[in-house]
Amino acid sequence: MGDVILTMKGIDKSFPGVHALDHVDLEVRKGEVHALMGENGAGKSTLMKVLTGIYSKDEGTITYEGKEVEFSNPRAAQDAGIVIVHQELNMLGHLTVAQNIFIGREIMNGKLIDDKKMNEEAAKLFDQLGIDIDPKETMSRLTVGKQQMCEIAKAISHEAKVIIFDEPSAALTEAEIEELFKIIRDLRDKQMGIVYISHRMDEIKVITDRVTVMRDGGYVGTLITKDSTKDDIINMMVGRVIYEDPKTESAVAKDAPVVLKVEHLNAGRMVRDVSFELRKGEILGFSGLMGAGRTETARALFGADPKESGDIYVNGQKVDIKTPQDAVKCGIGYLSEDRKRYGIVVDKTVAENSTMASLESFMKGMFIDKKKENQIAQQYVETLKTKTPGVDQLVVNLSGGNQQKVVIAKWLVRNCDILIFDEPTRGIDVGAKSEIYQLMNELVAEGKSIIMISSEMTEILRMSDRIVVMCEGRKTGELDIAEATQERIMHAATLRD
Amino acid sequence: MRQRLGIRGDETMTDKKQGNAFTNNPIVRAIGVQKIVVVIVLIAMILFFSAMSPAFRQYSTLLSIMDYTYYLAFLGIGVTFCLITGGVDLSIGTGMFCYALIGGYLINYVHTPVIVGILATVACGLIAGTINGLIVSKGGHAPFLATLCMMMILRGLGALVTGGASITWPGATAPNGWTRTLFKMDMGGTKVPLGFLWVLILAVVMSIFLNRSRPGRYIIAIGSNKEATRLSGVNVAVYQTLAYIISGLFTGLAALAYSSAFQSMTPGGGGGIELNAIGGAIIGGTSMSGGAGTIAGTILGVFIMSVLQTGLPLIGIQANFQQIIIGIVLIVAVYIDVLKNKKLA
Repeated sequence: MGDVILTMKGIDKSFPGVHALDHVDLEVRKGEVHALMGENGAGKSTLMKVLTGIYSKDEGTITYEGKEVEFSNPRAAQDAGIVIVHQELNMLGHLTVAQNIFIGREIMNGKLIDDKKMNEEAAKLFDQLGIDIDPKETMSRLTVGKQQMCEIAKAISHEAKVIIFDEPSAALTEAEIEELFKIIRDLRDKQMGIVYISHRMDEIKVITDRVTVMRDGGYVGTLITKDSTKDDIINMMVGRVIYEDPKTESAVAKDAPVVLKVEHLNAGRMVRDVSFELRKGEILGFSGLMGAGRTETARALFGADPKESGDIYVNGQKVDIKTPQDAVKCGIGYLSEDRKRYGIVVDKTVAENSTMASLESFMKGMFIDKKKENQIAQQYVETLKTKTPGVDQLVVNLSGGNQQKVVIAKWLVRNCDILIFDEPTRGIDVGAKSEIYQLMNELVAEGKSIIMISSEMTEILRMSDRIVVMCEGRKTGELDIAEATQERIMHAATLRD
Repeated sequence: MRQRLGIRGDETMTDKKQGNAFTNNPIVRAIGVQKIVVVIVLIAMILFFSAMSPAFRQYSTLLSIMDYTYYLAFLGIGVTFCLITGGVDLSIGTGMFCYALIGGYLINYVHTPVIVGILATVACGLIAGTINGLIVSKGGHAPFLATLCMMMILRGLGALVTGGASITWPGATAPNGWTRTLFKMDMGGTKVPLGFLWVLILAVVMSIFLNRSRPGRYIIAIGSNKEATRLSGVNVAVYQTLAYIISGLFTGLAALAYSSAFQSMTPGGGGGIELNAIGGAIIGGTSMSGGAGTIAGTILGVFIMSVLQTGLPLIGIQANFQQIIIGIVLIVAVYIDVLKNKKLA
């Protein structure tokens, strides 16, 4: 670690009714990777927005390269050398890689854009990063991982001195994360200051030098990563210890009936001849790398996307599922990986979302019985411990974990016995995560059955009774939890033809 | 929605930790404020026109505002449903003319009883609305394009049926002119704008339908997040189609109101009226991006449009300027909608 390049001291920021940042400190040195951690809503993003001039601070000082600064907008911060690589990629799919990198500051040849020069410059950047991407390739044809690399290249092209990574690994495969880490280490060795925001504890241990923890808008402390344990950090984040022990044996009885049987399911390129069984009271984990076809399998099974062939049996009865309506009638509920797009209606209330899948049982003649609706929704708010001021609160105002609980409530109100949880804890903070886990365990104890798609190995090993592994649209492995190890799962997940 | 958020105001204020008071209340205010602003603007406009023009203060002006309001209100109520699903129905202006021409043709030239003409008018609306709905929901066409094409078809169809002739529905004094008295009753020499009663009744019925019935709930949900609604097991195609059928039905009713209020209809006319109706809905707080809107707001917005249309000529503003002024009013209304959406995002 080198000299201090950036110091934020006593940063305070209030919005009407919310004290978002309460005298927060952050110090970044040259040549370090500094993790910024905290539960959702702890104020990490707000702090970064203050740094890059999206918000103005109420109090405190920002010292950058020895001078006190205050950026009026992200462009000014960028020009000074502070850039953010966003979690959600801001890429223009129809343009080429080079055109994306130089968007807004195109290299000109007279009055015309000089694409050739931009391609050369982009190629130089990729060389520098040691990545193999063709600058002339159309952006939308790249994988998410490669697109992320382009974002990084774009950041570096600004002659960045401080780079902020906002949950960069959320959508990456293990291999891509490895590549990302290599690049981050390179940048660190070039004496850049790196701020790394992530929820993944394992990554923090691997890649970062120091960790600053925030909680409820306040500064909790800064640790040296190698001198602290996972529990130390989690403790600082939530003030309680969360155990992440893997499950060792299946909790499902040997003779538990099969509630769902899928045979030779085919749907497009991503679902090729997939067969599996789900037993009553079981959590069946679906593991695999990004793009293995797990979500596609779930969507085809649920009738969200058309399927080409394959038989589905629910409780031994053959069923014909063509639309989500059919699936819901069979008692299947689906929690999408993309909650905001497919799970909830954000500008509607908790109550309205909760009854969305079962409105017919809330009718009083022609009209919706709003009293009953509120009452049942309230009941599930209590059972699931959803944090909301009331059932008439708009879902947009809830945190990710609580939004997820509203989606779960929707399927429980419908009394679905088979639940498909697609990345149930994505983008959810540690505390809410363990609540969702507990909830899933309670559900299966009550006799419901769960298919859980997850990209997090720890989650798969902690929750599943049995694990199906997929790779490139095919089922490449099935393991009982007793015999499952990270290595065996990874082996199956990379088993290509 | 207003009611719900209104009740919750205090409780969310106390919940500082989640920041709900902060994120929620501006939306509450935006929704509440817009309605209040519309009412104030409406009153201000009436006062302004009254002060500027003695003619505006006359009873006959009220009747003429009402004549404008009836058909615009019906069109507005119908199209509000399309707008709430995130779509739009551009065929309602020419559609209204087309259906009235067909109905009037039956009465005048085929000599059917008036009731047949009325039923035919409404049926035409239902049919065109159903076709619109199916093209959008099953065919996957953009509502803008689908209904734009329907607008052209209806424009041609109306002219074709009447052979290019203008049509006048039976006059108030004619033996079969009772359709006119439905909207403007002559009570001992005073004309009573009876149509306002029908507008009010239908507005209340449709408002209850929108907010309390299952189809209404689904129509709002589709506009908010169609995919999430579909994945909740809702047959979204059915309810999306229904929104266009409602629009068609109310266009049929608007055709009746229009033909009762005005002298004659020219084939190929009616274009541009849809924008007044859509504009009324937007002024009243219905979102162009779907998911939000109220019938009460639409009625208020429509009143603004009809007061403008009646008042501007009376203070000596010529027709071309009227168009410009109405255009500017709409830009402001849409801008308010954009601001509201930003707050939600």
